[in-house]
Amino acid sequence: MRKFSIQALDTIFAKIAADEKLYLPVDGENGSNYKLWEPGVQMSDALNTVRSAKDFFFPQTENLIEFKVTGKQIDIIDVRNENEDFVVFGVRACDVRSFDILDRVFLSEPIDSYYANRRAHSVIISMACTRPAETCFCGTFDIDAANPAGDITCWKTQDSIYMRANTDKGEKLLAKLDGLTEECDDSAVSAQQDKTRRIMERLPLANLSAEKFGGGKTNEFFNSPAWKELSQACLGCGTCTFVCPTCQCYDIKDYDTGNGVIRFRCWDSCMYSDFTKMAHGNSRNSQVERFRQRFMHKLVYYPENNEGIFGCVGCGRCLAKCPISMNIVKVMKKLGEE
Amino acid sequence: MQKITRENLINKAIELLDNGTVSRVLGWKIGEFAYDVTPAVFTTKEDLQKDFIFDDFCNANFSKYLIAETRKAEEKVLVFLKPCDTYSFNQLLTEHRFSREKVYAVGIPCEGMLDIGKIKALAGEGIIDVIPGEGSITVKNLYEEEKTLAYGDVLTERCLSCKSKKHVVYDELMGEEGDVIDSNRFDEVEKIEKMSADERFAFWQSQLSKCIRCNACRDICPACTCEKCVFDNPKSSVNNKAISDSFEEKMFHIIRAFHVAGRCTDCGECSRVCPQGIPLHLLNRKFIKDINSFYGDYQAGQEEGSRAPLINYTFDDLEPGEAVGRGV
Ligand code: SF4
Ligand code: SF4
Ligand code: SF4
Ligand code: SF4
Repeated sequence: MRKFSIQALDTIFAKIAADEKLYLPVDGENGSNYKLWEPGVQMSDALNTVRSAKDFFFPQTENLIEFKVTGKQIDIIDVRNENEDFVVFGVRACDVRSFDILDRVFLSEPIDSYYANRRAHSVIISMACTRPAETCFCGTFDIDAANPAGDITCWKTQDSIYMRANTDKGEKLLAKLDGLTEECDDSAVSAQQDKTRRIMERLPLANLSAEKFGGGKTNEFFNSPAWKELSQACLGCGTCTFVCPTCQCYDIKDYDTGNGVIRFRCWDSCMYSDFTKMAHGNSRNSQVERFRQRFMHKLVYYPENNEGIFGCVGCGRCLAKCPISMNIVKVMKKLGEE
Repeated sequence: MQKITRENLINKAIELLDNGTVSRVLGWKIGEFAYDVTPAVFTTKEDLQKDFIFDDFCNANFSKYLIAETRKAEEKVLVFLKPCDTYSFNQLLTEHRFSREKVYAVGIPCEGMLDIGKIKALAGEGIIDVIPGEGSITVKNLYEEEKTLAYGDVLTERCLSCKSKKHVVYDELMGEEGDVIDSNRFDEVEKIEKMSADERFAFWQSQLSKCIRCNACRDICPACTCEKCVFDNPKSSVNNKAISDSFEEKMFHIIRAFHVAGRCTDCGECSRVCPQGIPLHLLNRKFIKDINSFYGDYQAGQEEGSRAPLINYTFDDLEPGEAVGRGV
């Protein structure tokens, strides 16, 4: 384990940013969000960013390819730009787990090379939580907020930052910072972890269990009468899917440039009425079915295809942002009653 | 703190269910935390007593839900309307969006609702209780800390610039009736009008570029009730779910603002639900302010059946050249 004094934070950031782009959470008028670090930019102490960290690998819109038509000739123009090294600092435990969930989708055959390139070019530096919010329930999915994964894990105390490398990429980056950090034992970190874990036990959602859900439960929940009541006030807006670090659906569209097209992809949402629109019509005709899809995907279908791993990380963003305050916790509690 | 209590409303709902006036009740349902309230339909006394809530977080305006709810059954549905909600209700009636006979509307007084975003910004995360008091609230958190916050600092934007405590429509009124208020709601608009064109462009670009096109603003809006929105129509060529460049997002908001111009009651739901904190009400209020100055004062929803200036031709209507001449 290595450590350095909080006062040296800017020096550390400058050292990292000298070679690669460095992004970290920065406070803004609407909470914190990831921004590019430059001298003078202050790291936010907020628990989580408003938009999740998935944007780094799976941006909301991304140009895939461009076609330019001149007479009978079609030129294919490469517009790709995902091969730049970058470092993300301060990712919370839940968001780090979300990368695993996305990896299992985008890195399975056929591999999504846009996503894969961004993953390969990134170093993730996580930050352990010390002040979880009432909306946090990462523990439900066996995520340890006091010991997040990532290439490097950080713990921040009053006066110091502690760092531990978890991967080769992490080792390499830490080695680069050698002159600025010192070797230390893990007693301060352990003490902080104990404290955080005690707080986690007191969270309002600490006892929320996912035990009743998982692979093989489709028949048990699919036709539950509870979906109707749960989805009753849902606006079908898609806020929950867009703030969610694990929602992964997208649409591919062509933008008419006047002399060809730019083919781009953008996030899509199962909450939207045209999400499953096909030539024959739509297989999910009401909001009840669309709403059910989002939660069945996270709680049943995803674990069924991924060794029991749930498709939610308990970050609490949808709890905070849904205009009608309907969310996965209310769904789990209601379905779990039966 | 609200003057009317949860018990008052539950008793009224039970009375109307019992005497057969209504078969369903549109109400606010208690959530997991001190502040997360969900719109719900109640049909029994037991459910009302267990889950119905009325407190400082009952922001949701039920008017738009009546479109779907009145189609579900022949019997009447009970709806509780705060003063600002009654304007949306009237506007929807003007546009023939639901049938009046299928609704029993009870007007309820409102002392202003709270913005949990503002509370979190001032008191931090980890909120486990919000206790209303006289002029202030006490917020308790997981870390055994307590903070007292003045109502003025945590009211929603729309309540701080409330335009009316008067109900413009109801079958029955509970509590005391209020008045139309001489509100300050155009102050912020005036500030933007005073900016130079470049500053104004920069302001809106910085705000609208935050948009994630989740459509929450449109979906909550009682003026946005098209059966199929143009932005959801794959054949419209503007149906991008996400911004494709910085122009697209402006287009969504400008089209929407134009479409609700003259029909927007300034209910404030759009700004309240935006996850990105975009001050959408400023766009709509600019339209309201301009309509007022071009055609004379007009408040959408104030009167059922009123014709909005933009769809009502009169001989002394302003000519386009004159509008430009007014420099707004
Ligand atoms: S659950 Fe909430 S955020 Fe998600 S689509 Fe429905 S209303 Fe929107
Ligand atoms: S479903 Fe909600 S709590 Fe779960 S990961 Fe997505 S946003 Fe976070
Ligand atoms: S609610 Fe906000 S983020 Fe969502 S589409 Fe509307 S302006 Fe954009
Ligand atoms: S545009 Fe906004 S303020 Fe106007 S009616 Fe719609 S939700 Fe209400």
